[in-house]
Amino acid sequence: MDLTLSPSEEEFRDEVRSWLQANHPGPEPEAGLDEVMAFRREWQLKLHAAGWAGISWPKEYGGRGATMIEQAIFAAEATRQEAPSPANVLGLAMGGPVVIAHGSEEQKARYLEPILTGEEIWCQGFSEPESGSDLASLKTRAVKDGDEWVVTGQKVWTTFAQYAKWCMLVARTDSDAPKHQGLTYFLMDMEQDGVQTRPLVQITGEGEFNEVFFEEARVPDANVVGGVGNGWAVAITTLMNERAGLAFGAISQIQNSLRRLSKLARETASNGATAADDSYFRQRIAQLHIEVETMRLNAYRGLTKTMQSGIPGPEGSLGKWQWADINQDLTELALEIEGAYSMLARGAEHAVAGGAWQYGFLRSRANSIEGGTTDILKNIIAERVLGLPRLR
Amino acid sequence: MYFDLTDEQQAIRATAHDFLASRFKSERIRELAGSESGFDEAGWKEMAELGWAGLALPEEWGGQGLGTVELAILFEEMGYALAPSPLLSNTIAGLALAAGASDEQKERWLRPLAEGSLRGAPALVDADGPAEPMKFSMSAGDVLTGEKTLVLDAGSADFFLVATTDGGRHIVEKDAEGVTVTAEESIDPTRRLFSVRFDGVRPEATLAGSGDDYHPVFHRACVALAAESTGLAQRALEMSVAYAKDRQQFGRPIGAYQAVSHRCAQMLLETENSRSAVYGAAWAADAEPGSLPLAASTAKAYSADAGWRVPDAAIQVHGGIGFTWEHDLHFFLKRGRANAAMFGDAKWHREQVAEAVLAGETAPASA
Repeated sequence: MDLTLSPSEEEFRDEVRSWLQANHPGPEPEAGLDEVMAFRREWQLKLHAAGWAGISWPKEYGGRGATMIEQAIFAAEATRQEAPSPANVLGLAMGGPVVIAHGSEEQKARYLEPILTGEEIWCQGFSEPESGSDLASLKTRAVKDGDEWVVTGQKVWTTFAQYAKWCMLVARTDSDAPKHQGLTYFLMDMEQDGVQTRPLVQITGEGEFNEVFFEEARVPDANVVGGVGNGWAVAITTLMNERAGLAFGAISQIQNSLRRLSKLARETASNGATAADDSYFRQRIAQLHIEVETMRLNAYRGLTKTMQSGIPGPEGSLGKWQWADINQDLTELALEIEGAYSMLARGAEHAVAGGAWQYGFLRSRANSIEGGTTDILKNIIAERVLGLPRLR
Repeated sequence: MYFDLTDEQQAIRATAHDFLASRFKSERIRELAGSESGFDEAGWKEMAELGWAGLALPEEWGGQGLGTVELAILFEEMGYALAPSPLLSNTIAGLALAAGASDEQKERWLRPLAEGSLRGAPALVDADGPAEPMKFSMSAGDVLTGEKTLVLDAGSADFFLVATTDGGRHIVEKDAEGVTVTAEESIDPTRRLFSVRFDGVRPEATLAGSGDDYHPVFHRACVALAAESTGLAQRALEMSVAYAKDRQQFGRPIGAYQAVSHRCAQMLLETENSRSAVYGAAWAADAEPGSLPLAASTAKAYSADAGWRVPDAAIQVHGGIGFTWEHDLHFFLKRGRANAAMFGDAKWHREQVAEAVLAGETAPASA
């Protein structure tokens, strides 16, 4: 057991740390999403030039071939320094790894480089209005027409669809096969008349997500990834990659939030002293700290296990569940500390910290839904970790 | 970075697991729980032969010279087996002697303790005091007068390490003149508590160490106890999962219902969190002592809650049968609840964490 970094890992962390300090572009512009995306594109080019985009990708495909611990170090350090997100986050975290794992040589040659540079943005077309947690029930259909497929249907919660060149699309190609077997994974060109996107406004008032409508949209047969009928297996790879990559950045982000929360408590008057002197708030803040620490240590235990076995296990679901719970508790507590001022919305003149906590409170409601609902994660844990019988 | 047990540590776990499983079957635990002494001498001798009495004590004084991680492994297994034993009190007495005794004192008290031929028990909580960790009201002096309570295993100990207001520790033999030992009934029938009166008792020896020397001892005791609670939680979880797979209602196993399976998932989350916090703190005790106080309070606070809540949830999963004396679960609930209150409860340890976090000294830089 050794919870310290090895000398070479420390060296790697120092390299990441000093590169980020020297190249950090500052906070994202407080403007519309178009400006933010332009800012992120520029940042991604910088990351790519220094070899930090596609850090987990093998070197032969333009990545860094970093070990899992190095990926964890990079994610933790980038978040600690509050570096911006790259523009093509879905392409880097999911699209590229899927093409590398399941794509043909032609596909690798065509798609990987523009993912790394951010020249082509990717989005993910999995969920549908009637297929959320039960993803394999999806109904969007692809029908073969010569050497093309004709796609009709609707996707939802599609982040960055309005900027995307490529959509990782899972569609039903055989409606007679059992539901997990009739699916195929396509790379769909978003820039065509058969594809329409419409932003979905969230409870925060923002529109991160979209609905995407396919009306006889066309995708060449050459854009099938992993073979016709194998869409489920290919899609699962994507989701595994999503979870493995998220953990350490997420922990670092919560540590940042916890530091801000402690500061808020120290600066908020309460009963003739500050909230940081109030036993109730002290207990709540300490409990959050304790839970973040257990989440961090769990993640390292999981990482050791994954490095030994080579694949992330279903235990990763525990971390995602815990992350959502903690993020929600943390923002709820911030609103309690603010007291009456927590009524003020983001941007209001007298809002504490510009109303950031009120925004955070609202945004974190999605944490237990996005990327696998907490309820489904509990099912996964019950069935795949504990071996309890399936209800279905 | 490697957060898992080594092969040697796995071997310690396997040995402890198998030995305890063979010695502490349900009927035996019940027999001991109802007995006068609460444990058996023959079992103690076997544990001593395995080197457990001195597991984390220095080799030069007859111990095994192993670390706090190995200690946590042993106590996790002790909790899993719900073993009734004076091992916890004896271990803490040994750590205190190793931290504060002179060589001469170690020769006389520590060596036989590490070998298992003498048993020691710390006498910390003052009957007239607030029962707060590391705060004592008994005056130091040529003779000791006052009452210590919540003393673990006093009835079977050979000597006590009595804490005084200056933070010092004094060795008093149990059969010394002026010592009166009275049993107190614990909510946990598998561990014995006592009050010990000292009426003008002249100590055999006063340890050379000062109060500060015993803080790391206290923190390691918290880690061992937190490990024990983790073991309780693990066992209660396993019993629940086995029951939920087997028990049929409405035509299917109850574990297929999400009301039950999600409760089990919650039990797993709390057990794994507890385990991570324990081994993080155990590692800190051995490798990074500066971060031990915060890590130990993190582990103790978390496991204080999980150690009884997981057995409590297990009773709910089992339904009516879980509430019967005949089922073993209540022993786990009771041990877990008593552990929660021992060596500082969750609230006390959270306050220690708050003190560190709100002072601006937050989580160790991740990675």
